[in-house]
Amino acid sequence: MSYVVEMLNIRKEFPGIVANDNVTLTLKKGEIHALLGENGAGKSTLMGVLFGMYQPERGIVKVNGKEVKITNPNVANRLGIGMVHQHFKLVENFTVTENIILGSEPLRGMVLDIDKAAKRIEELSKHYGLNVDPHAKIEDISVGMQQRVEILKMLYREADVLILDEPTAVLTPAEIDELMKIMRNLIKEGKSIIIITHKLKEIKAVADRCTVIRRGKGIGTVNVAEASEASLAEMMVGRQVSFKVNKKESTPAEVVLKIDSLSVKNNRKVMGLKDFSLEVREGEIVGIAGVEGNGQTELVEAITGLRKAESGSILLYGDEIINLPIRQRNEKGISHIPEDRQKRGLVLDYSLVSNMVLQIYNKKPFSRNGLLNVPAMKAYAQNILTNFDVRSGEGAASIARTLSGGNQQKAIIGRELELDPKLLIAVQPTRGLDVGSIEYIHKRIIEHRDKGNAVLLISLELDEVLQLSDRIAVVNNGELVGIVNAAETDENEVGLMMAGVSKERSI
Amino acid sequence: MRNTIVSLISIILGLVAGGILMLFIGSNPIEGYSYLLQGALKNLERIGNTLATATPLVFTGLSVAFAFRTGLFNIGASGQMLAGGLAATAVALTFDLSGPVNLLAMVLAGLVAGALWAFIPGLLKAKFNVHEVVSTIMMNWIAYWTIYYIVPGYFKGEFLETESKKLAESDTLRTPFLTEMFDGSYINLGLFLAVIAVIIIAFIIDKTTLGFELKAVGFNRFAAEYAGMKVNRNIILSMLISGALAGVGGVALYTGNASSIQIGILPSQGYDGIAVALLGANHPVGVFFAAVLFGILYSGTGFMNAMTEIPPELANTIIAIIIYFAATSVMIERLLNKFKAKKSNKEDKRGPVVEKGDS
Amino acid sequence: MWSIIEQIFPYAIIFTIPLLITALGGLFSERSGIVNIALEGLMVIGAFSGALSIHYLSGVLDNHTLVLWLGLLAAVLAGVLFSVLHAFASINLNANQIISGTAINLIATALTVFLARNITGSGNIRISSGFSPWDVPFLSDIPVIGDLFFTKTYPTTWLVLIILFASSFILYKTKFGLRLRSCGEFPQAAEAAGINVRRIRYSGVLISGAFAGLGGALIIVTQSGEFTGTVAGLGFLALASLIFGQWKPLGVLAATLFFGFASTIANVSQVIPELAVIPPILLKIFPYVVTLIALVIFSKSSQAPKAVGETFDSGKR
Repeated sequence: MSYVVEMLNIRKEFPGIVANDNVTLTLKKGEIHALLGENGAGKSTLMGVLFGMYQPERGIVKVNGKEVKITNPNVANRLGIGMVHQHFKLVENFTVTENIILGSEPLRGMVLDIDKAAKRIEELSKHYGLNVDPHAKIEDISVGMQQRVEILKMLYREADVLILDEPTAVLTPAEIDELMKIMRNLIKEGKSIIIITHKLKEIKAVADRCTVIRRGKGIGTVNVAEASEASLAEMMVGRQVSFKVNKKESTPAEVVLKIDSLSVKNNRKVMGLKDFSLEVREGEIVGIAGVEGNGQTELVEAITGLRKAESGSILLYGDEIINLPIRQRNEKGISHIPEDRQKRGLVLDYSLVSNMVLQIYNKKPFSRNGLLNVPAMKAYAQNILTNFDVRSGEGAASIARTLSGGNQQKAIIGRELELDPKLLIAVQPTRGLDVGSIEYIHKRIIEHRDKGNAVLLISLELDEVLQLSDRIAVVNNGELVGIVNAAETDENEVGLMMAGVSKERSI
Repeated sequence: MRNTIVSLISIILGLVAGGILMLFIGSNPIEGYSYLLQGALKNLERIGNTLATATPLVFTGLSVAFAFRTGLFNIGASGQMLAGGLAATAVALTFDLSGPVNLLAMVLAGLVAGALWAFIPGLLKAKFNVHEVVSTIMMNWIAYWTIYYIVPGYFKGEFLETESKKLAESDTLRTPFLTEMFDGSYINLGLFLAVIAVIIIAFIIDKTTLGFELKAVGFNRFAAEYAGMKVNRNIILSMLISGALAGVGGVALYTGNASSIQIGILPSQGYDGIAVALLGANHPVGVFFAAVLFGILYSGTGFMNAMTEIPPELANTIIAIIIYFAATSVMIERLLNKFKAKKSNKEDKRGPVVEKGDS
Repeated sequence: MWSIIEQIFPYAIIFTIPLLITALGGLFSERSGIVNIALEGLMVIGAFSGALSIHYLSGVLDNHTLVLWLGLLAAVLAGVLFSVLHAFASINLNANQIISGTAINLIATALTVFLARNITGSGNIRISSGFSPWDVPFLSDIPVIGDLFFTKTYPTTWLVLIILFASSFILYKTKFGLRLRSCGEFPQAAEAAGINVRRIRYSGVLISGAFAGLGGALIIVTQSGEFTGTVAGLGFLALASLIFGQWKPLGVLAATLFFGFASTIANVSQVIPELAVIPPILLKIFPYVVTLIALVIFSKSSQAPKAVGETFDSGKR
C-alpha cells in the first residue's frame, strides 16, 4: 500500500505553546482520511504544516515516499497538495474564474487569458459534477457553490491530495450529502482526501481511517469501520463522553417573547426574514435550527435591536419593543450572547472589569451622577470570572484581547447570565469551545431555564439544538418551515425541514 | 509606562536626526542645540514666550488626542482654530463688553465656533460613514477661504489688508500682571485655560461614564452598539468636544499670543496637534508635556537662526521626524504585546490563539 | 458661454493634470490596500526635487527641454524614495497608515523648506522657465476640437493621459493588476494563492510615490515656475478625487476634471464679467463643499477596496 503523504513525528511550536507534539499522520492513495480533534487540539496547525503555512520544529514530511520541505503554499501546490479552507479565501467582487486563476494566471502576451481559463474551469466542473458558472461573481453565488469553487481551485492546479477543513460547517444536510458524493467522485478519479472535522457522524459516513489529536498530541489512527462514535469520542476527549444532556421536562408558563409576522431586510436590501412568528415561554428553551444565512442573524438582530424590522411586532411580556433602543430592551430583561464574540461581545482592548459592566456601567452602584465607581465594578467582575471559571493572565485586570477564545466566550456568557435575564438569546454559545466547556455551558443554560426564564437558542450545530431545546423552530430561506417538539423529532426530520421541506409534505 | 519610554526614545531619535541635519549643512549641532535652548529658556521673558507658544499646541494636542480616543482622526484642528479665533475676534470687535465678561464671552464664542466647525465632519461620519480625514481637511480649506474673505470684508485691519483689526490690549487674553511677571513676554491667560482643559479632559476620560462610552466606541463601535451605547451620538459628541478644544486653541493663538488674525495662513498648530497627541500617547498630561517640548523647539529656533546659519524650519523637521519614530515604535510596541498575549494562553489552551470557529 | 469655456479650458487642464497623476498614484496604493494620505508630502518632495534639479542642470546643460525632463525624472525618483518610508512603516511595521502618512507630510514640508532655505536663502527655488505650449501637428488644424484640445498643449499632459490609459489597462487586464486588486480586497485570499502581499503592496506605494512626485514637479514646470514649500492642499484634493472617482481610473479623470474647472472658474471669476457677480468666497469654497456632498452621496455605494487601511496579519485565518 503506497502512502501518498506521510507526516512523521511532527512537532510545531508557537510562542509558549506546543501546538503539535510528536504527531504522525499517513495518507494512503485513494483514501479519505479524517483528522479528528476538539476545537484547539491542533488539527488546523498540522494541516498548516502540510500546506506550507508553518514550518515544523521537528519531524519530516514525505510526499510519494520522498522527503520534502514545504516552505510555502506554492511549494505545496507544486507537490499536488491543495487546501480548501474553512473560511473561504475568495475575493467577493471577482468572478469565479478570476478567483481560481489568482496566483497562476494564464497569459496571452501581456494580457490575462480569461477565456482559456474559463473554458478549462467549465470542463473540470462538468467532469467532477461540480456545477459551477465560471463567470458568476462570488458575491452572487450560494455558500455551497462557493465551496465548490474552492475545490475547483485545487483541481485547476492539479492537486492530487485535497485537504478539506471543516467543510460541512456551512452546508445544509442536503448539500452535505452532495459533498460526500463529490468526495467519492474525486477518490474514483485517483485523488486522496484528508478531512478535518470534529463531527463523528460524518467520519463514520465517509472516512476510511481516522487520526485523532488531543491537546496537541497524536492519540492514534484507527480504521473507521472498526470504531464506534463512542470510541472515537473517547479518544478525542480522553474520557467517556455522554452525548445526552441531562435535563428535566420543561414546564413552560407565561409567554415571555411573542414575535408576530416579523419581516426584516438583510444586508443586501432583500427580505432576510419573512413573516416570522414564534412564542417563547418562561421555563422553556426554543431552538432555531437552520443553515447559516437563512434568516437567523436578521431575527436575532431584530429582537435585540441591532437591526430595524420592516414590519411585524415583537412583544416582551405583552409590551411592544420593536421600536425600543437597545439599552431599553436590555433593561427590560433581554440578554444576548452574540454570534461573534470579538466583534460584538467584547471590547478587546478594555480590561475584563470594563467588559463585565459593558451594559450596566451607567447604573448604580457602578456609577453615580456620571462618575464611575471602579471598586464596585472590580468586585462585580471578579465574581463573574470566578463563577464561570474564566482563566486569564492577570485576573479581572487582564485585557480581554489576551484571553483565549474559549475563556472570552465564558466571560461573555457569565456576564449575560449574571444579568439574570427573563429572555436569554444565545447565538452559537459554544462555538470554538472544548467539550468540557461545552458541557458546562449547556448545564448553565438549562439551569437558567429551570429558574423560570425563557431561552432562545440559535445554533448551527444541529446536535446542540436537538439536545438542548424543548421545542425547535426551523428556518429556511428566511421563512419559518415548522415548529416541532424536540422529544418527538429527530435529525432526519429536522434536516429535511432545514432544506425547506415542511412537515406536512414529508411523507 | 511603556508608552512614555517609546515617546522618550522617539524624541531622542528625532533630536539626533536633527543633529545630523545640522552637520549636513555644515553647522555644529552642539552649538545649534545650545542656542536653541537658550533661545527658549535663557530668561524669564523667553520662558514666558515658550509657554505661550506651547499653549495653542496643548489645545490642539488635546483636541486630536480626545478624538483619537474615540477612534476618530481630527485633522481639522487648523480650521477649527480659525473658526474659534474669528469668533472671538468678532465678539471683541463687535460688542462693547469689558473685563472678565468680555474675555469669557470671547472664549465661549471660540469654543462654540470650534465645536460647530467639527460638527459637520462628525455628523457626516456618524450618519454616512464619511471618513473624517477627508471631511476635516475639506473643512480646513473652507475655513481658510472664509477667513480670507470675511476678515477684509468685515474686520479689516487699519494698516494692512491682510490681517484683522488689531484688538485693544484689554480685549486680549494678556494681563498686565502676567506680562510683568515674565518681563514683557506675550504669555497670557491662555496658559491657565490650557491647564484647566488638561485637568477637565483627563477627568472626563478616566473617571466618567462619558469617558467610558467614548473609549468603548473608539475601541470597538460594534461592541459598544451591542451593549446599548449610542454610537452616532458619541461620535458627534466627541467631535464637538474635540472641535471646542481646538477652537479655544484658536482663541489663545489669535487673541492671546497675537492681537489679530492673518489671512491666507492655515495655522500649523493644527497639524502639530497630531504630533503632540501622538507623542503624549493621547493622555492629557502627556499632551501637556509634549506641547511644552514643541514650544521649546519652536521658540528657540529664532535665536538659533540669528546666531548660526541654521534655518528655523529645523524645528519643524525635528518634530516631523519625532512623529515618524513615534508612529512606528508604537506598532513595534503592539507586536510585543501580541507576543505576550500568546504566552499567557499557555495555562488553558494548547494551540495558537484561535478565533471564531477555528478547529 | 462657449468663449468662457474656450478661455478657461487650457487653465483647467493645467490644474487638472498634476491632480490627476497624483490621484492615480493614490489609486494604485489604495487598490493594493494601503491608505496613502502622504500624497501631499510626496508632491512637495517632487516639486522640490524637480525645481532643484532643473535649477542646477540649467547651468550645466544647454538643451532646456532635456533639463526639464530630467527634472521630472528626478522628481519621480525622489517620490519613490520618500514613499519607501511610508511603505516600510505601513507594511513591515504595521503602523497606523493614517499616522504614518501624516508624519510623511510633516517631514516632507519641513525638510524641503529647511533644505531650500539653506540653498537659496529664501526657501523658494525658481526655475528659469517651464515647458512651452506646443501644437499637435495635424490634429490642431481640426476646427473646434483642434483649437480646444490640440493647440497649445503641454507634452506632459499627453504623458499623463498615456499613463492614465496604461493604468487602466494594467489594473484590469494584466496579472499584476489582478493580484494588486486582490491584495486590496482580501489579502488573505491572495496570500493563500501564493502571492507575496507585501511585495505587491510595496509596488502600490512606490508607484504612488512616483506619480505624486511627478505631480508635484508638474506644478512647477507648467504652472508656478517656483517651489514655495507647499502645494496648497492639492495632495488632499487628489485623495478626495480618488474617493469621488470611486477608485476607478476613468472616474478619477472625471473627478479631477471637475476640480480643475471649478478651481479655474473660481480663480478667474473676477476677470470674466458673467462670473464676477458671484461672491468670490462661494467660488473658492465650492470645490470643497461639493466634495463633501459627493462623499455623502457615494457613501452608501462606496466601492472602496475592502481591505484598505487594515493591517495585514500574515497567516491569520
